[in-house]
Amino acid sequence: MAKRRVAVTGLGTIAPNGNDTETFWSNIKAGRSGIREITLVPPEKLFTKIAAEVKDFDPDDHFEKGRLALLDRFSQLALVAAREAVADSGIGFDEALSLRTATIIGSGVGGQSTLDDNYYRVYGQGAKRLHPFTIPRLMLNAAASQVSMEVGLKGPSFAVASACASATHAIGQAFHMVRHGQAEVAVTGGTEACITLGTMKGWEALRVMAADTCRPFSKDRTGMVLGEGAAVFVLEPLERAQARGAKVYAEMAGFGMSADAGDIVQPTLEGPVRAMQDALRDAELAPEAVDYVNAHGTGTSANDITETKALRETFGNHAGRIVVSSTKSMHGHALGGAGAIELVAMIKALEEGFVPPTANFTDPDPDCDLDYVPNEGRAMPVGAAISNSFAFGGLNAVLAAKRVEA
Amino acid sequence: MATTQEAIVQIIAKQMSVDPATVKPESTMDDLSIESLDLVEIIFAIEEEFDISIPYNANDPSATGTDLNTVAEVIEAVDKIVQEQA
Repeated sequence: MAKRRVAVTGLGTIAPNGNDTETFWSNIKAGRSGIREITLVPPEKLFTKIAAEVKDFDPDDHFEKGRLALLDRFSQLALVAAREAVADSGIGFDEALSLRTATIIGSGVGGQSTLDDNYYRVYGQGAKRLHPFTIPRLMLNAAASQVSMEVGLKGPSFAVASACASATHAIGQAFHMVRHGQAEVAVTGGTEACITLGTMKGWEALRVMAADTCRPFSKDRTGMVLGEGAAVFVLEPLERAQARGAKVYAEMAGFGMSADAGDIVQPTLEGPVRAMQDALRDAELAPEAVDYVNAHGTGTSANDITETKALRETFGNHAGRIVVSSTKSMHGHALGGAGAIELVAMIKALEEGFVPPTANFTDPDPDCDLDYVPNEGRAMPVGAAISNSFAFGGLNAVLAAKRVEA
Repeated sequence: MATTQEAIVQIIAKQMSVDPATVKPESTMDDLSIESLDLVEIIFAIEEEFDISIPYNANDPSATGTDLNTVAEVIEAVDKIVQEQA
């Protein structure tokens, strides 16, 4: 089948600074952060007292009791985002279409609270038995399966795991499947709910956690802030979307990938550059056509300097004109969900012609010398944009999208 | 009982798979080819050995007031923390 143009026609978001896409986007535009004192884990057990948690989320408002017993928090968040995205797209899935619709959801670690709680029962409390739903709750594909089951989507479905790039790899895979006709429609995104005692202790041990807040690219940054959340997209051929009169947020245009084959935690320069170049090539975009980059921008010394150099190498002289922001400054780092949450910000930037800021920016760093849209968002035309995700393990994924004139 | 210096030299030598005799107080992390993840592991081993918490942020080592550039600085920091956290 010939390459088809692919449209984004549905958005769903649940993030630390907004439990639906509209609220999230208005907070992201205004630079309002969802990073607060941690509540999901008793702070006295941690050195790190902050996190970006999804707030005011009562699972009982969204799920019946019987259903809830099967849903880890990472599946709950994915389902809330998927419901919004599918409703937003306006697609009614009949049997024929459901057979040709893919459900591909990324997650870095899957059902962490189920794992944590149940291992504590076994090892800490000497429990002789566990709840029978322990495994179906914690498995990494639980979110993908639950979305497929709820919406009734019977096409290709699986989870994608590449740590902090999981969502971006998942969405890129779904995009290529729609482009090449392996699926007619895709419901795709990423989800993570990793704020548990065990996970937090693991992250603390890496010595990369920020003490106060997340300040990407700012000289006084002290690291990353762990987050959680989910975002889901509906992708379909542009022609199909236009034929049914659907709202088209943007055109998904390119997907690039690479592996560093270097260090398990330290990024290389060359790997991210190749992923960005691959995404531009796949999108048939000249570097000069890109106006905005939603950066990986974790706020660690290792990422921010390398990402800046990689952007300079990829975009050459144009790097000085490009605008770059890290929305992790506001929604934290949701690991395998991060790329999806960030893609919502990028798609809305294309649609509205408004670039969200890098919040909490205090001091410029001579080693990070690009335009990071510090603290104040910016109204400007955005014709094309890319979103970067660079994972531990050296796995890089980049999505490119273009504005579609209404 | 081993002195702080002996214990730390042993931990570093074991982590880096080198002869303890090559780990001297004046040795820098670079001299010993200790990269950031090695240092994070060494700090973990020291914390376990001495039952202390060493404030250390790999993003900005100076911010936590624990500069660990040489073996002597590690020993000094551990002695200070052991006294504080005793």
